[in-house]
Amino acid sequence: MTYLITHRTLYDYSEPVTVSHHAARVKPRPLRNQRRDDFSLSISPEPALRKMRTDFFGNRVCFFSIQELHDRLEIVATSRVTVSPETPPAATLSPPWEEVRSEFSDPVSPEVVEPYQFAFASSMIRSSPELADYARPSFAPGVPLLVGALDLNRRIFRDFKYDPVATSVATPLEEVWRSRRGVCQDFAHLAIACLRSLGLPARYVSGYLRTRPPEGQPRLVGADASHAWFSVYCPSIGWVDLDPTNNVQPDEEHITVAYGRDFSDVSPVSGVITGGGRHEVRVAVDVEPLEIDEDDEPLPYDPTDLDSVDPEIYRDPKPAPASGPSID
Amino acid sequence: MTRVPSVAPEDTTPPSLFARYAAEGGVFDELRDERGKIRPHYRTLLDHLEEIGLGELKRRSDSARRLVQEQGITYTVYTDSLGVERPWQLDPVPLLLSQTEWVGLEAALIQRATLLNQILSDCYGPQELIRSGWLPPALVFAQPDFLRPAHNVSAPHGTFLHFYAADLARSPDGRWWVISDRTQIPTGAGYALANRLVSARVLPEAFRENRVTRLARFFRDVQAGLARLATRRTDDPRVVVLTPGPYNETYFEQSYLARYLGYSLVEGQDLTVRDDRVYLKTLSGLERVDVILRRVDDDFCDPLELRNHSMLGVPGLLEALRAGNVAVANALGSGLLQCPAFMSFLPGLCRHLLGEDLLMPSVATWWCGQKNAARYVEDHFDDLFIKPAFRSHLRGMPPDRSLTAEERTLLKRRLAFQPELWVAQERVQLSTAPSWTGSELAPRPVGLRVYLVATESGYRVMPGGFARIAPEAGGRFISMQRGGASKDTWVISDGPVEEMSLLQTGAGSVELRRVGNNLPSRMADNFFWLGRYSERADASARLLRATLLRFQPESTGMSLPFLDPLLATLELQGQLTPSATNPELRKNPEALEADLIGAIFDEKRNGSLFSIATQLQRLGMLVRDRTSTDLWRVVSQLGDRLKPLEEGQVLLAGDALGILSQTLLHLASFHGIARENMTRAQGWRFLDMGQRIERAYYLCRFLDSALQSPEADNPSVLEAVLEVADSTLTYRSRYNLLPDLAAVYDLVLLDDTNPRSLLFQLNQLEKHFQRLPRERENALPSPAHRILIEALARTRLLDPRDLSRVSENWSATEPGLAIRNLLRDLPRLSDAIAVSYFAHSTISRAAVK
Repeated sequence: MTYLITHRTLYDYSEPVTVSHHAARVKPRPLRNQRRDDFSLSISPEPALRKMRTDFFGNRVCFFSIQELHDRLEIVATSRVTVSPETPPAATLSPPWEEVRSEFSDPVSPEVVEPYQFAFASSMIRSSPELADYARPSFAPGVPLLVGALDLNRRIFRDFKYDPVATSVATPLEEVWRSRRGVCQDFAHLAIACLRSLGLPARYVSGYLRTRPPEGQPRLVGADASHAWFSVYCPSIGWVDLDPTNNVQPDEEHITVAYGRDFSDVSPVSGVITGGGRHEVRVAVDVEPLEIDEDDEPLPYDPTDLDSVDPEIYRDPKPAPASGPSID
Repeated sequence: MTRVPSVAPEDTTPPSLFARYAAEGGVFDELRDERGKIRPHYRTLLDHLEEIGLGELKRRSDSARRLVQEQGITYTVYTDSLGVERPWQLDPVPLLLSQTEWVGLEAALIQRATLLNQILSDCYGPQELIRSGWLPPALVFAQPDFLRPAHNVSAPHGTFLHFYAADLARSPDGRWWVISDRTQIPTGAGYALANRLVSARVLPEAFRENRVTRLARFFRDVQAGLARLATRRTDDPRVVVLTPGPYNETYFEQSYLARYLGYSLVEGQDLTVRDDRVYLKTLSGLERVDVILRRVDDDFCDPLELRNHSMLGVPGLLEALRAGNVAVANALGSGLLQCPAFMSFLPGLCRHLLGEDLLMPSVATWWCGQKNAARYVEDHFDDLFIKPAFRSHLRGMPPDRSLTAEERTLLKRRLAFQPELWVAQERVQLSTAPSWTGSELAPRPVGLRVYLVATESGYRVMPGGFARIAPEAGGRFISMQRGGASKDTWVISDGPVEEMSLLQTGAGSVELRRVGNNLPSRMADNFFWLGRYSERADASARLLRATLLRFQPESTGMSLPFLDPLLATLELQGQLTPSATNPELRKNPEALEADLIGAIFDEKRNGSLFSIATQLQRLGMLVRDRTSTDLWRVVSQLGDRLKPLEEGQVLLAGDALGILSQTLLHLASFHGIARENMTRAQGWRFLDMGQRIERAYYLCRFLDSALQSPEADNPSVLEAVLEVADSTLTYRSRYNLLPDLAAVYDLVLLDDTNPRSLLFQLNQLEKHFQRLPRERENALPSPAHRILIEALARTRLLDPRDLSRVSENWSATEPGLAIRNLLRDLPRLSDAIAVSYFAHSTISRAAVK
């Protein structure tokens, strides 16, 4: 399935901003089952400086700074991404979870250093015996890792209520745990914290989700939002994604942008401004499925990061599509 | 090791000063060997102390304390909420080390610094050590101090660890051990320098005879080393010291070092990143910065990519670093190696990386992230000191007591749950050194911090160090936060010592300068407000005194005409409760008296004299490293007399009058010091501008009220005008008759020889504007200057005789109107100055997510 994704972020400041520095992680990563066909990023006012870099986790990040007085900042990322369906790995055939845990306890082979670094506390996620206790019913002795992870995914979906007003990006995990409410980011953090508390590596994935309108109704443009889920590392298979907000295994409808240890590593847009007074931020995401071409060839598996051959030059920002998201 | 030469018999009988000097058994004593003999390198000092005797040593110890006070050497203690600063505790008797021993220490420390730098450069680069199994991955990846955004950011000349300090302890067998590595922001070198200046003055004879190695060469190496980091091709790279601000515990040291090394002391808000370059915001514009010597923690340095709520850092700094346009010492992320767990890997890493054996051992350390170590720690739980391996919220064993049963269970559980977060160390036994207790010399546990800096030819060690002693004999823990004292450390040279000082560079003549470094905008802002608040305090105290003098609670005549303008002004300035909200207040003499007392002492009232004094103190603190100690002393003591009244304490108008007069004298000394002791540089200029604007404003405020009074020409009202404007004597010397309306207003408005007159203030402001940077370069006056020019022109054209019709309609008189306009224009002037000169400093930083 091919999607045209428009991710628009708008800041309105009560007083003029004299200088601002920003980092945007909004460029979807090329993956085994995901191809980035097209990407553009338009920023207004035009930044004095902008650069694309690869961060520690291999995500593409755009640094830009605006040095002229402004009281509004608009960032529009437009991506065309093709996601191909994948047969989910056979959960029952994955190794027992204790085996995975012992692979990640001292001494750890230097070969699994990459996933190993996702086994530790990060700035928003801390392990605790309490979370380990919560996770344990899913991980009875000898249970295959993915069977346990799927069960944990299902239990979080069941035990926690989706509540967009209960939390913010700054809500600590302890609060989510206590109130049993939150949004996708919180549930992903929670699942990761549970897995790490058992000694298993898990990472945070930020991206988009195709939302389906209720039966018989048209798709609402701009009604979508950024989404987040988690990924657990399974030796011999690799990273396996799970979405506790929807109790699904991401397939063709999840579009991955970036991954890291937690939200703070992959925050889509962050920045520091000088001046500005109070600010108001509005985000609109539109995930538009494009016509499915029957002749669409299946994606070849390309293990190399397409970014490495990407020229560091930006196209002129494309005008927003006529049916583009409205912000109001 | 030093060989102890044979000692003359009298050495076994210690001199009287040391009569009761009894070293603890089983520990190493710096003064005497295990047979009780004086170690030879202490001989000269000992003889000298013996010669001057106990009484004289006491006297010199007092003089050391005075020197500390005079130099303003302080250390900020966090728990002390009131006076956050404590004077430095300095033991005048130094710790001595022989040259022979020092040479060995130097070699070991240089090796260690070189090793640590290589480890850092690998962890923030190729990570070969992890890949090849020399370092367990968790040791790096589980650490919050491993800053991922700093990975692959290169450091000029490969120097990540520019400064390094090690805490040393000497074990009973006489060996030195490293008990902690300070790799992020090694503190204390400035204190060591300050200690040296004091100890060399207090014990000058011993200092000379002992041929103590000088510290100055080390600081010259520091200057050269920092200049070398500049990536821009320039003869005069700009180095700044980035401080977290005056509330940091070692702020004194930061400003002291900045001054000594000749660098600007800046806060994060003084710097800005434009086009991936770092600039200092100054009154004359943006100035390029080449090297930042930082005293801000790793993860606070760039709110864009690191801890994003930090107000202390510089947004965009990491990008500027990646672009290679600035250098930071130490490199961001160098705090990684402060983790004690690294110590257990150093012997192996030293052989692997340097092909040598590690020369100086570290305190025995077990990192529980390794199975074998964890098992050992479990078996020896109660013999070891267990603490968090990484910076974290966790608490290990308390340093000064043993665990309770409950704490013990909890710690064991935590250790089992996440072993990689814990490290265990052997408990350290410190050596003892002769220390002055206030009445005698006694052995006290001592620890030594030593400093290294990277130079072109490798690391250099500061010959000396920062010695700290435990407050009591058996103490094992040394902390300035816990009230320990420090000592200077003398390395006793065998040969002649090189005389050198940074303050007067030997080579060539000094280039004469009339202007100092350009003033950061934030500092100009602080000076400006310091001027405004000092005058606000002065004007308020004067108004309150004039009011209280005329106020007689026992007389019923509360509607005295000459009291009304005073009360109205106080009210408008927020000193008195608004009469509109409580009209009864003005009719009841007791209530009014209480309100007037409140205007002085009430801490909750924004306009009270106490609140103004508090603001003044805060501002004084902010400009402290750019003003004299005397000025700070005056400012810091100002609030003492104005402390809020205790519950139930009653104060009469008469007592309050005394306090107000004292306060005015105090402020007079503030202004006197500012006028007579500050160079006419930008700081002084903005202080004076603030003061002039505030004085003009208060004067206009009061004159406006006085002119509105139905009895504006009443001699009593005019007397009050003269008094508030501090012009009574001048008036009497000129007119010698009852105050006359036109004559009084001429004196307080237009007489430009009267330093209290309105015109005088405006003329002074005009003179300042002529000398402001950027005003001179532009063809047209700035918006601020326009406001002033207009106000000045209008004031100059006034004729005080116009006031004769004042009692009919004040607002129809030219002076009355002019004053009204000034009440509008003076705040505009102040704002316009802020926009032109401090705009980028009055920022509110919001982290956007």
